Amino acid sequence: MISFERVTKRYPDGTVAVNELSFTAPDGAITVLVGPSGCGKTTSLRMVNRLIEPTEGRIAIDGTDVRARPAAELRRSIGYVIQHAGLFPHRTIVDNITTVPRLLGTDRRTARNRAHELMELVGLDPALAKRYPYQLSGGQQQRVGVARALAADPPVLLMDEPFSAVDPIVRKGLQEEFLRIQGEVAKTILFVTHDIDEAIKLGDKIAVLREGGVLAQFASPDRLLAEPADDFVEQFLGRDRGIRRLTFYPSAGLSLQEGPVVAADTPAPSARDAALSAGTPWLLIVDADRRPLGWANPAALPDQGPIGNARLIGYGHAFVPGSDSLRAALDAAVLSPTGWAVGTDGNGQVLGVISQESIGSAIRAAHAQSSTERERADEKAAAADASPDSGTAAEADEPSAADSAGSEAPPSDEAPLEQAR
Amino acid sequence: MIAASVFDLPSYVQHSYLGLLGEQLEVSLGATLGGLLVSLPIGQACARWRLLYPPVLGLVTVAYSIPSLALFVFLIDYTGITDTTLFIALALYSLCILVPGVVDGIRTVPPEVKLAADAMGYGPARRYFQVELPIAAPTIMAAVRVATVSSISLMSIGAVIGNLGGFGQLFTTGLRSFNLSLVWLGLFSLVVLALLCDVLLRLAQRLMTPWADRRSARA
Repeated sequence: MISFERVTKRYPDGTVAVNELSFTAPDGAITVLVGPSGCGKTTSLRMVNRLIEPTEGRIAIDGTDVRARPAAELRRSIGYVIQHAGLFPHRTIVDNITTVPRLLGTDRRTARNRAHELMELVGLDPALAKRYPYQLSGGQQQRVGVARALAADPPVLLMDEPFSAVDPIVRKGLQEEFLRIQGEVAKTILFVTHDIDEAIKLGDKIAVLREGGVLAQFASPDRLLAEPADDFVEQFLGRDRGIRRLTFYPSAGLSLQEGPVVAADTPAPSARDAALSAGTPWLLIVDADRRPLGWANPAALPDQGPIGNARLIGYGHAFVPGSDSLRAALDAAVLSPTGWAVGTDGNGQVLGVISQESIGSAIRAAHAQSSTERERADEKAAAADASPDSGTAAEADEPSAADSAGSEAPPSDEAPLEQAR
Repeated sequence: MIAASVFDLPSYVQHSYLGLLGEQLEVSLGATLGGLLVSLPIGQACARWRLLYPPVLGLVTVAYSIPSLALFVFLIDYTGITDTTLFIALALYSLCILVPGVVDGIRTVPPEVKLAADAMGYGPARRYFQVELPIAAPTIMAAVRVATVSSISLMSIGAVIGNLGGFGQLFTTGLRSFNLSLVWLGLFSLVVLALLCDVLLRLAQRLMTPWADRRSARA
């Protein structure tokens, strides 16, 4: 747990980089500091490992003031990852990774064994161990940076725009790997980015900062998208926050229709008659393995031959109920020329289809559920606030509230997040 | 035949050739090393406090422009006609090459690497010796090579003030006795020695900094 308590950084020329910043980054979770340039997010991060000293206020890790021990000792207990990796060019990859353990006095062999484990964890080929940083791509260097930060197994990790300097495709891969690694190591992470999409994708909690280092909002990504605190946050989130919020709703609850799904070898006339009498606007034609081929308009079906011979309309992409979010389902429906989305299982076999309208009502239902959840969580928090040890209690209570709610009723803020990932 | 005449030496030179070589190496390499030891802290200070660099650079350049004979005459009052005089003069001259070399070298350390070193928990001294100095080494070594070659050739002037100056003594002796082959031998020895030192230093640098080859090519 990293707590900022009314932390202010004022420079001698009067510039205020961080202004009375207070928040608590919970244990084992990723807390993202996000905001435009000049909002003091990097300054805030560097105050945790005392690369910068605050002017006022206090930063504590698990309740202990960071100023309680010498800076160098403190830093060895905190992992640090920066934008351009900052690897030591004169050391091999394995020696880069063993930096902190060696500073702590771990013997070379133990440190190297640990380095090889870490290379595996971050997805680096062990054959790279003896290479020098210049021989690696940007993405690989960044992985080494993460391995180096994890080498001494610090409970806390600080990451300053670690994925900003690589191209978008590599970045996406690194982000997903990062979430996988965090799933294994469960560190308390403070993560700085200027990219709100990255913040929403990675953060369990998000602190939005505005210019002058003022905290605009501190909330879970779902809540941030649902209830931006003010115009600044709303603008920063962008005009598609409604759509993006759907990422946090699972598509498992959607009820798919099987009626419009027809095998390609069905005779066209009988399929047409059935569809017209049932009032089915579109038929999804599937092959013998139940893989989707395309849509057919019942009214335009030929008078003879199998339905597979008819002219088919493309279906765009399918979504997988359960593992995909409502956003993926809606996207599939919006993309499909017929307005219907195709749901498949993990193997690409059709489970059924659903219309934009049905997805729309599912979204409304999800919104309603989520706001009830939030109200319940607020009541809990308010009750916890009344108790003397307010801040920590509220944080600790939230996951348990989510768990109990999940069993009887809709999943809470946090649960769909895990699923959508 | 130059080769034949070169090796047809008067006995006193034949006997002392190795002695001249020893003196040559000792004084010129020693002076470069001495200059480097002085340049490292000066260069580090200039890299940290930028305002310090221009005046320091001016100073070492002025020192380089002092005619060597004048400097010897000045130093002889304190250190006599000895190798020490020669050593001090050569070390002083080498600063003009080595101080900028050290400053440029320290400046090649990327800021994010220094930041990373601090964030990993390096103290200032450890950071200097284990991170900054090794990364600056290729640039510093390039300056050391130039300074070494320059010291080797500059040293011959020592022969003018006495029995000093290593191979330079072959010039003075050769001129005095109208023995041109001695002058050729001196010239040949100096050039070969300078080239050899340069090659060896380059090799040493390759071995010390195997990571540097491609990096500088890419930069």
